[in-house]
Amino acid sequence: MRMNGAQMLCQSLINEGVEVVFGYPGGAILPLYDVLPQYPQLRHILVRHEQGAAHAADGYARATGKAGVCFATSGPGACNLVTGIASAHLDSSPVIAITAQVARHFIGKDAFQEIDIIGITVPITKHNYQVSRVEDMAKVFKEAFHIATTGRPGPVLIDVPRDVFTDEAAFAYPARVNLAGYCPTVQGHPLQIKKAARLINEAKRPAIIAGRGVIISKAYQELKELAEKAQVPVVTTFLGISCFPESHVLSFGMLGVHGMAYANLAVDAADLIIAIGMRFDDRATAKVSGFAPHAQIIHIDIDPAEIGKNLKVSVPIVGDIKNVLQSLNKQIEGSGDRGQGSEDCQLPTGDCRLGWIRQIEEWRREHPSTVIRETEQLLPQYVIQKIHQVTAGRATIVTGVGQHQMWSAQHYCYDKPNSLISSGGLGTMGFELPAAVGAKVGLPDDCVWCVAGDGGFQMTVQELATIVQDDIAVKIAILNNGYLGMVRQWQEMFYGRRYVATPLSGPDFVKLAEAYGLPALRVRSKAEVIPAIQQAMDHPGPFLIDFVVEPEENVYPMVAPGAAITEMIESPVEKVEFGSKPRDISNL
Amino acid sequence: MATTKHTIVVLVEDRPGVLNRVVSLFRRRGFNIESLAVGHSETPGLSRMIIVVDGATTAVEQVRKQLDKLIEVVKVTDISEDNLVARELALIKVESGPSTRSEIMQITDIFRANILDVASDSIVIEVTGDDDKVGSLIELLRGFGIIELARTGRIAMTRGTIGPLLKQGISKQRKSNGQRVADSR
Ligand SMILES: Cc1ncc(C[n+]2csc(CCOP(=O)(O)OP(=O)(O)O)c2C)c(N)n1
Ligand SMILES: [Mg+2]
Repeated sequence: MRMNGAQMLCQSLINEGVEVVFGYPGGAILPLYDVLPQYPQLRHILVRHEQGAAHAADGYARATGKAGVCFATSGPGACNLVTGIASAHLDSSPVIAITAQVARHFIGKDAFQEIDIIGITVPITKHNYQVSRVEDMAKVFKEAFHIATTGRPGPVLIDVPRDVFTDEAAFAYPARVNLAGYCPTVQGHPLQIKKAARLINEAKRPAIIAGRGVIISKAYQELKELAEKAQVPVVTTFLGISCFPESHVLSFGMLGVHGMAYANLAVDAADLIIAIGMRFDDRATAKVSGFAPHAQIIHIDIDPAEIGKNLKVSVPIVGDIKNVLQSLNKQIEGSGDRGQGSEDCQLPTGDCRLGWIRQIEEWRREHPSTVIRETEQLLPQYVIQKIHQVTAGRATIVTGVGQHQMWSAQHYCYDKPNSLISSGGLGTMGFELPAAVGAKVGLPDDCVWCVAGDGGFQMTVQELATIVQDDIAVKIAILNNGYLGMVRQWQEMFYGRRYVATPLSGPDFVKLAEAYGLPALRVRSKAEVIPAIQQAMDHPGPFLIDFVVEPEENVYPMVAPGAAITEMIESPVEKVEFGSKPRDISNL
Repeated sequence: MATTKHTIVVLVEDRPGVLNRVVSLFRRRGFNIESLAVGHSETPGLSRMIIVVDGATTAVEQVRKQLDKLIEVVKVTDISEDNLVARELALIKVESGPSTRSEIMQITDIFRANILDVASDSIVIEVTGDDDKVGSLIELLRGFGIIELARTGRIAMTRGTIGPLLKQGISKQRKSNGQRVADSR
């Protein structure tokens, strides 16, 4: 069938199962927008800034596991995508970014709105393409989606010169790809898996560190089976949160720089680390040289380049997590019959691992890590705990970057798989609102809460208009501390309390929301918190709450830069009030 | 950390922008490329790059793995440890007048190098060899005054019939081509 390039592009998207595109038009991309009405299956959501389009596509991709798609015009439009593409790249998120380019005869002439977006995005994409002939369109799209969504996922950018949109040719969508240089390893090496199983069966103090790879591979069940069968405590990286139910008796929360003290202590004391779909990022390991000093390390990851990158490992296994764990679990010696559910997963007494798990549980009692002050002031952690309470843990939480991000990680109990969406690798402020838009569009039946900082929210606040225009029912909680809080905390702790450029004023967020056309509330006291959250939930559309919280609250525990994971600065709070992660340990 | 010289052979799809991706990766991971030679390989559509870098073995291993992730890279081999043959070509323009010409020609002879051009005040010499040989000739000629120097950088391959492709089990390009590279010994 003959089509022009723009039609081919749309048809390719449809062939790949794309239902929604986040985008922003402009001159060079006009021929594409012009044919969009011919494809009513493709819903286009107009964002208010291309960065928002990229973050929304990323949020969509993280929420659904499918590729998220964004459009931008040439030059400034393409450049505005960069932060969003980079965020997706560092967190292995399958975003397809489509940019228009000036017509072919203008390329290289510094034409109006010409930019070398291929050159710019080489280091921040898994791959990128410029479609130089309309005949290549279908093949490029087939390859791009394949590359973005398989192996270690990542963003792929496709740059289309304006005149390629209007050129015509016959269209046939290829059934398969043929890429000599791309063939991700799925199955783990059987000998390595055998070695790993032996180490696990013999370990006295094993610990699993699970990362986002588990979520990407949807290996929730397999991870749970491994942990339960082998009785191994599980800690997660920040991006690994929600890959394992946090109320599970074997869950010991997040490790790392703002991790739970007991998680860090467990990793430090372990004699075997089973690292699954994680990359020993410095936020997780703190000072890497002293990390897990007594442990042999099994590292399972689909990306061979991650193995041995930051840390020497004893047993590397390259493969898809789900696939590898299925093989591995068969070789794990179970410890008697045990129920599968989190409540009745009993650890039979007499097992050698029981003492180890008890030990970590004891560290949890000594260093509960999620305690907050007992006070009448409105603490940000309290807000997070109440969001968990009112949503019964069934929400998908999308955060910005900073203190509120860490409190969201620490004070909400993530039992639902893949229920935390956040920019971990790049740490992109302003991610929260557009990513929440994408998540909500991808999961229309889910309750999506955007937990925003007052700083980050102001970076992408214009997406409120998108939310209203397209009626995207996200619930927004701004933890308004009047500061670039995380930076202020560093200034307080390491720069003699000199608060340079961190006090931050903002607009009246309630009035602002109303100006954009969505209902909003301001909350200043503890008593108002639950009713406000309830009201937001009861309202069918988008809703914003401006929580005016204690301005100088700090995130604890914290590992200072350059310090080891065990050198935690813990909360000075003496009054202990258990956080939202109570635990019945009567079985232990 | 101790560094050693590594010869990395990268088989890539012959497309625009590939060189940029490869080079950009080296820069990004903090590697200084000592030399880089690119040309067609035995298979149409594939080019072979030979990159010499100085680095710690673990760091070079990381670069090798990162290179392997580039979609257009079909195969990467660090052949430094292998039994390899390596050659480099250099063109050297040396100052020479009537008083030095014969001495330069003698040196050229000893190195089995060729004289490509003789002018009244200079000679252009072509030398092929391993790094040591090319390096020593250049050192010897420095005394006469080198006007211009151009080196291709090292190209290399392993000895024997087990080339990088077959060794790693990725032999489809080789097979489809039906050609075998002659033993380079
Ligand atoms: C785009 C961007 N710029 C700067 C930073 C550095 N940074 C990290 S956290 C932070 C403060 C965030 O403030 P806010 O959004 O109010 O969140 P809070 O820490 O107060 O909860 C800053 C400036 C960043 N992560 N991203
Ligand atoms: Mg703030």
